[in-house]
Amino acid sequence: MSEHHITLTVNGHISRGMVEGRRSLSDYLRIDAGYTGVHVGCEHGVCGACTVIVDGKAVRSCLMLAVQADGASVVTVEGLAAPDGTLHPVQQALRDAHGLQCGFCTPGIVMTLAALTDGPEPPTAETLLAALSGHICRCTGYQGIRRAARKLAGDPA
Amino acid sequence: MKPAPFDYVAPRTIEEVCQHLAEAGGGASVLAGGQTLMPLLALRMSQPFIVVDINRIEGLRGVSRAKGATRIGPIVRQNDIIGDTALARLLPGLVIATRHVGHHQTRNRGTVGGSISLGEPAAELPATAVALGASIEARSARGVRRIVADAFYLGPYATALEADEFVTGIIFPDWPVDTLTLFREVARRPGDFALVGLIGALAVESGRITRAGIAWFGMGPTPMRARQAEAALIGQSVTGLDIAAIAELAIADTQPFGDHHATEDYRRTVGARIFARTLGETLQARQAA
Repeated sequence: MSEHHITLTVNGHISRGMVEGRRSLSDYLRIDAGYTGVHVGCEHGVCGACTVIVDGKAVRSCLMLAVQADGASVVTVEGLAAPDGTLHPVQQALRDAHGLQCGFCTPGIVMTLAALTDGPEPPTAETLLAALSGHICRCTGYQGIRRAARKLAGDPA
Repeated sequence: MKPAPFDYVAPRTIEEVCQHLAEAGGGASVLAGGQTLMPLLALRMSQPFIVVDINRIEGLRGVSRAKGATRIGPIVRQNDIIGDTALARLLPGLVIATRHVGHHQTRNRGTVGGSISLGEPAAELPATAVALGASIEARSARGVRRIVADAFYLGPYATALEADEFVTGIIFPDWPVDTLTLFREVARRPGDFALVGLIGALAVESGRITRAGIAWFGMGPTPMRARQAEAALIGQSVTGLDIAAIAELAIADTQPFGDHHATEDYRRTVGARIFARTLGETLQARQAA
């Protein structure tokens, strides 16, 4: 069983750790680095709750080893709001549209929408709604989440 | 669940990967995108003692042109295939099929080589490789060989790869620029594996079909090539085809299974319908263009 030194950037801060090969990125972020906004639901890539942004792209952090993130730049939900507490547009849109109930799936959904809306091209509503298929909300509060996504794409609906 | 302990290595060269695989004697897993391997590890359905991560190998990245063919590096991410405008022109079938693989989030990590090597019978990319006539380049310490996709898939998750081999490239032959693409899949939800799926390419010259490659996914233990339908199409004029009869021929080359999602009969019935509809619509769109 191998152990590895890793150094990555999490929300703009350097994070260093010593991890076993089998350590998932989600467990590293939550347990070793303390970013408990990374929610771990199914731990095998089905639910989407653990989604974070790695080098600009939304990925499931339970489907990546921590050691694979060595040298990467990671953003978790803790890294989105401004230091003064001003919400990221995605967070604000979900709030305005009542796009959450219990909140367990929310950080993952926020990170998927943020990766796309902060990407090189403004996404269409269709793109955002399709990307939401990678998330499960067991409160089934999908309509509010979809409203928020449409609003982010500039759709009046 | 957490994976059982394993050693992790991330070699920088193909030779080092070959050496690890040779030494492991079947106890190694190759990690490409990890979107299937990681769940298998987490559920402890797979317990390799060493995981060989190929993501840091420069030579396995990227899409390149070889003579008369396009070579896809095994660690090219599925979302990079979707966003590749040159590929959309060269291999539209591959780009369209890749849009249906998993979810946006898994396609950001998931690779072409990973999906091709896994051989999930209901997955899009193995069937795409079979339909488009791709070859799979496999390397080991013993050397390099190319296996045509048609001969690569032996059963569910069973491929012609030996335990010490791994995929170093997928080579798609060129098709004429105005080749028609057939694609349709029926799935319960976006991102689910297909209950029934179909991918095909038809090259047309002066109104006649000169080349055809068609494969099913979710319709048998491997991607199922619709040989009889291909043979019936080649040489035919694109107008006045007996589409229903060709759909029946295409279904004759499947071995669908029944499970709690769909019965064998359902898969055959839906398969024939989507085949006829997709072929009909594609030819109609060509006529209109």
